Amino acid sequence: MPESAPILEVHDLVKQYPSVTAVNGVSFAVPEGTCFGLLGPNGAGKTTTIEIMEGILPPTSGEVRYRGEPAGARFREEAGILFQKTALQDFLTVRQSVALFRGLYEHGLEVDEVIELCALEKLAGRDNRKLSGGQQQRLLLAIALVNDPKVIFLDEPTTGLDPQARRNFWQLVESIKARRKTIILTTHYMEEAQLLCDEIAIMDRGRIIAQGAPQRLLSEHFAEVLLELPRHEFPDLARSLSLKLIDASDRVEISTHDLDGTLRKLIEARVPLRNLRIRPANLEDLFLELTGKELRA
Amino acid sequence: MMRRLLAVWHARNLEFLRDRPTLLFTLLLPIGVVIGMGFIFGGPPRPIFTVGILGTGANPLLHERYVQFTSIHDRARGLYEVTHQKIDLLVDLQNPVRYWVNTDSAKGYIIEKLLLAADPGARRQPVTGQAIPYVDWLFPGILAMNMMFSCLFGVGYVVLRYRKSGFLKRLHATPLSAFEFLTAQVLSRLSLIVFVTVVLYIIIAAFIHFHSAGSIALLLLLTVLGSLSMIALGLTIAARFASEELVGGLLNLLTWPMMLLSGVWFSIESAPRWVQWVADLFPLTQVIQAARAVMLDGAGIQRITPNLIYLAATTLVFLAFGAWSFRWRVD
Repeated sequence: MPESAPILEVHDLVKQYPSVTAVNGVSFAVPEGTCFGLLGPNGAGKTTTIEIMEGILPPTSGEVRYRGEPAGARFREEAGILFQKTALQDFLTVRQSVALFRGLYEHGLEVDEVIELCALEKLAGRDNRKLSGGQQQRLLLAIALVNDPKVIFLDEPTTGLDPQARRNFWQLVESIKARRKTIILTTHYMEEAQLLCDEIAIMDRGRIIAQGAPQRLLSEHFAEVLLELPRHEFPDLARSLSLKLIDASDRVEISTHDLDGTLRKLIEARVPLRNLRIRPANLEDLFLELTGKELRA
Repeated sequence: MMRRLLAVWHARNLEFLRDRPTLLFTLLLPIGVVIGMGFIFGGPPRPIFTVGILGTGANPLLHERYVQFTSIHDRARGLYEVTHQKIDLLVDLQNPVRYWVNTDSAKGYIIEKLLLAADPGARRQPVTGQAIPYVDWLFPGILAMNMMFSCLFGVGYVVLRYRKSGFLKRLHATPLSAFEFLTAQVLSRLSLIVFVTVVLYIIIAAFIHFHSAGSIALLLLLTVLGSLSMIALGLTIAARFASEELVGGLLNLLTWPMMLLSGVWFSIESAPRWVQWVADLFPLTQVIQAARAVMLDGAGIQRITPNLIYLAATTLVFLAFGAWSFRWRVD
């Protein structure tokens, strides 16, 4: 991907509450036209960071710059935002809800264009309170796109959606990416980040603990592949083999550089392999590797 | 069932007790009301009737208890006050004793009986000009009170709901400013209230056969300015808080004194001077005073200009304060 000038820069952001430091010295830059992911478990500081970037929360210290200047009126005109939770005005249809927000911006897309972009045509006349979770998120995305934003913030956009609605939403985000929009995405779904993000920053306890392109981060931390076996099918005898074992709740994982050699050892030890799964390391594994703990989703 | 009931009872109590501003307000409001009422209505028993006295002299009526006697030097002024039910009776003490009473006034009827019992020779005089029936006198106050409730509660609770649901937070992420948001709320409510007030005016006026003595256009201007001031006042309450109970309490704290002291139901001319001074601060008082002047006396714009200026100025002050103290989100 060609390097481009950062559209957003975050400098040494701190957000201090009376009993907790939610964000503790976070800095990063987001190149224009990329999808930047803030990853981490609940309580990591992702939403606080993104809300400071959006201008919703004032930071205790630090600065957010948009196109090289402190984020101000221009930023508000050119940013689209999808909050984790948003209620809309009662008794408005989908079209009226979109039109309300269109009226708040000087420039933007036509209401019908946004409705079509988010596949809401058939729902345009429906009361916004009578939408399913996935439809509601599509409406909120439409509202976030109504000003044809240069930068779009998506805060945990698929939390609570069923798998199909989640995948439909990802397709929408892919289509927005194709329009060369800059996207800031927070999520605790590693699959989502791996699929959508060009660059990620993993947060834990208010700090960034790793940052870079997902594949680069994975290759930096994992040269191995992972073999997964159901725990009940892994005999105790096989634990004496010289293998790098990771015990997960319902399975045993074997991390190895030498796939052929490891398979031979397992066959010789008569370990049943009918439910064996071989997979490359993913961001979930990376988080485990970096923090020593599973995601607290 | 009892366990479930207790669980919900306990949780609700915790919610209430931990909402400190509301708890404090719930405790302080009744204390404040009792102290305030004590100041206003406390002390020795208050007069029930107000009698205007022309001239000087002795009369057995002057020894009656619970009657407040007000010296009036100008008969025309006294007659005006009788016809407008500001006083219940006007008595000229010069021999032969004469009196004027508004035949539509219930209190006038009773005090007349008292006067004739004390001085059977007193002569009743016809009230010159149109006596104002109580229902006509009440009409502007009722309309204005309806406006007040709609202004304060209609806007206050809506903004509070927007804040609690997160809708305000979403609006905050757009170029919309607090002043623009508040102004839009004011204008939206204003159009509704003006429409409702006009409809109510037409229906009630037809029902009680009322005809305004003054300009309808002037009344419309007064309705607009009065509504603006009271909507803006409601917004100052809703600008910051996120608790229904607290906002409800604060709105009640505003509406009750206005309802009692603004002269909706009765004239407060016999109340202590400081009470009248406090009442004059209420936008509702200004609206009612001006509305009665236009509707009953046929007053023109010159006479009610001070009321209009006061309403416009308070609108600006309330809106500016509301925008300054406005919170988009629940802290």
